[in-house]
Amino acid sequence: MKVSIEINGTTVSEEVEDRTLLVHFVREQAGLTATNIGCDTTSCGACTVLLDGESVKSCTVLAAQADGHAVTTLEGLHGDEGDLHPLQRAFREEHGLQCGFCTPGMIMASVSLLEGNPKPTRQEVRDGLEGNLCRCTGYHNIVNAVMNASGQEVQR
Amino acid sequence: MSIVGTRVVRIEDHQLITRGGTYVEDLRVEALTGAVHAMFVRSPVAHARVTVDASAALDAPGVVAVYTAADLDLAPHKAGPVVEPWLADGVVRYVGEPVALVLTEERYQLADAAELVDVDYDPLDVVASIDAALTGETVLFPDQGTNVLQAGDGEFDDAAFAGCEVVLSHTILNQRVAPAPLEVRGAACAWGEDGRLTLWLSTQNAQISRATVAKGLGVEAADVRVVTPDVGGGFGAKIGTDPESVVLGWASKRSGRAIRWVETRSENLVSMTHGRAQQNTVTIGGRRDGTVLAFRLEVVQDAGAYPRTMFLPTLTELMATGVYHFPKVETSNRAVVTNTTPIAAYRGAGRPEATAAIERAMDLFAAEIGMDPAEVRRVNFIRPDEFPYSSPTGATYDTGEYAKALDQVLEAAGYADLRAEQARRREAGDPVALGLGLATYVEITGGDSGGESGKITVNPDGSVTAWTGSSPHGQGLDSTLAMLLSDQLGVPMDRITIRHGDTDEVPRAIGTFGSRSLQLGGSALRQAADQVIEQARALAADRLEASPDDLELSEGVFGVRGAPASGGVTWAQIAEQTDLTADVWFGDGSPTFPFGAHLAVVEVDTLTGKVVLKRIIACDDAGPVVNPLAFQGQRHGGLGQGAAQALLEVMNYDADGNPTTATLADYSFISAPELPDFELVDSETPTTRNLLGVKGIGEAATIGSTPAVHNAVVDALSHLGVRHLDMPTTPLRVWQALTEARKAN
Ligand code: FES
Ligand code: FES
Repeated sequence: MKVSIEINGTTVSEEVEDRTLLVHFVREQAGLTATNIGCDTTSCGACTVLLDGESVKSCTVLAAQADGHAVTTLEGLHGDEGDLHPLQRAFREEHGLQCGFCTPGMIMASVSLLEGNPKPTRQEVRDGLEGNLCRCTGYHNIVNAVMNASGQEVQR
Repeated sequence: MSIVGTRVVRIEDHQLITRGGTYVEDLRVEALTGAVHAMFVRSPVAHARVTVDASAALDAPGVVAVYTAADLDLAPHKAGPVVEPWLADGVVRYVGEPVALVLTEERYQLADAAELVDVDYDPLDVVASIDAALTGETVLFPDQGTNVLQAGDGEFDDAAFAGCEVVLSHTILNQRVAPAPLEVRGAACAWGEDGRLTLWLSTQNAQISRATVAKGLGVEAADVRVVTPDVGGGFGAKIGTDPESVVLGWASKRSGRAIRWVETRSENLVSMTHGRAQQNTVTIGGRRDGTVLAFRLEVVQDAGAYPRTMFLPTLTELMATGVYHFPKVETSNRAVVTNTTPIAAYRGAGRPEATAAIERAMDLFAAEIGMDPAEVRRVNFIRPDEFPYSSPTGATYDTGEYAKALDQVLEAAGYADLRAEQARRREAGDPVALGLGLATYVEITGGDSGGESGKITVNPDGSVTAWTGSSPHGQGLDSTLAMLLSDQLGVPMDRITIRHGDTDEVPRAIGTFGSRSLQLGGSALRQAADQVIEQARALAADRLEASPDDLELSEGVFGVRGAPASGGVTWAQIAEQTDLTADVWFGDGSPTFPFGAHLAVVEVDTLTGKVVLKRIIACDDAGPVVNPLAFQGQRHGGLGQGAAQALLEVMNYDADGNPTTATLADYSFISAPELPDFELVDSETPTTRNLLGVKGIGEAATIGSTPAVHNAVVDALSHLGVRHLDMPTTPLRVWQALTEARKAN
């Protein structure tokens, strides 16, 4: 089937198998490889992207379901190189990443979290990121990154 | 001013937060254009005779090839004393063992084709646990005659415990866990026209992978190039080179196609090596004043189906006595094979198991004599004036301040107040019990693993390129090494490039594991930089018509000491004129011994068994800190992973050897709401055993946090009659322990 999805402002139209997952469409057809795959049970959140502004696990959405909709991935968050999204800047400043594999999904989930709750408490950040697993950081600095991006105090 | 010791944001991060890393699955290199996709068909049963018929699969859409053991013309390889087949050959010995390899043109054709590979499994008796292995009723490798494939039996003499007022014995299970890095295993490979194999591999050491793959394929090491792209975590499980890599290299040659392989998470959970899996029996004896007089540790390692790594139980033995000076010590180790996934290193690899055993034993002893666990530890610590300390099990500890680490943590935590609060709650019959758990630990880093390579070139424009044999996979080593070099050479960090993980660029190396990278890889680069400075100094002296001894290097300029007017010579000026390169091997592989103290505070709901980790206060002393940002990050990660083992993580099998935790829906990674903010206490005790005075930090916090959290949960229940419960301390297990204790009372 033919699927057209607006990804980071550009429409990508491709002929794909019906069962093609959105994450594969983004990675293979659109060639955007920041979005990662960490599991096969919708458990890890590494594949999180924004679908019409809402965060979704793109390993659980068919490309067909996203047909005609807009997707934002990590690559679409920032403008040119110097112009980082506050969360991208904050993840770096607060050392909110180590191996970086969870990071694209973590940042996208955080974007959505802050949209719904611009000044979360630390516990609200933790609860809000429950579906995004990180094996490296122990989450402390991820929480700091989200607090930093929301203009709140961090705990170093 | 020196940047060493300051909080420097990582140079790695820009790429990672803007376009994501380039992990093996992200590679879009030319050599992989048109690559076929690979999937291993894996055994769904734990022990069976197998016959494979691939004919139906060969006709499936897009199938390029299906290979089985019958096709492979490779010499077999050894795992310990036995042969581990590349693909199951007549018998499978664990769920997840590779049986066949399927290659297809398109990724989505893989699963369809794999399903058509017709494998007949004729079940055999299963050995699914250490206990089952020890009975010897079923022997997995009949020619061995036993399931015990390693036995380092110590001399035991109960006389060791004579004179003790109290002697306690307990068997402590250190459960099997899955390292499960967030990036699963993956590889890509292609043979070039020059007859060389290039293998892109998600690994912790490209050079050892090259050696293993070349040997497996029966070719020269020079015929193989291994390249490590970004690696999404390893945790020890990506040290080794799994049989899959060799099979892929072979299949690429046989099929004449480039290949891409990425396993699924469910595959990863059953076929990447697991960690821990020890059953440790401790016997501890001493006086009622808290002095421990004798300690015995009997280690039994579940090695899994193929004993790929046999050093884990011996490392546990080596570190058996932890931070304590015990007059009499006895240890033994055995490793058995079972019909489960092979065991290998996982963050700490043998040391967490030692610490878990001794720290649980210290708490059991403290409870028995009615003394505060902090006090019992203090009585038995190795004192600062005893270093270097030769332990009874054969380790020589470099430096340590064990009592100081403990005191700092108790102070930061407000220990006395916490104990008072605990007493109040108990008095009031509060159903939510407070538990305090201590662990004081010492670990061995960079031990007996040889040295490491380091090479530096100053480029004609004055920028610097450095090649390290270390192989980071999230630790931020690029930044840490660049900081060290920037400091030493006076060249800004953004003019320094760190390269690693390509065997053509770095042919000699050992890689990253055992928290060795900074102390050995860093020392190698320090040595190389020293040599480059000496080369440059001589040349600068010529230009300045001064004696080399009178020159000083400051902010990248060689000038005459005390005579700024005479001008200076920059790196670029010298490098333009001559090749400035040093290539060294830092050969002092002597280990260092980081140490620390952790206190965990938990609340346990005695009605439901639910455990909430409220606080972790941690002192981890690994000597001087190069970058506090990366240092703290390593500690945070270790604390999280260590706590997860105590609370949640376990790789379970049923009696038939079926894994029951083979997806992330069943296998519990710890998530953000389950962890508290970490409270870190700083301490720096340098070592004399390398050029930087540093010790490793990659695993330390995992080692301390597991027993601290475990002890906290038991402590919370101690007033109700619970003395011990095994990890993970899940609600069900806590509730069962409480029910049993209530019955016993
Ligand atoms: S890959 Fe989508 S949730 Fe794990
Ligand atoms: S940074 Fe490695 S998984 Fe989160």
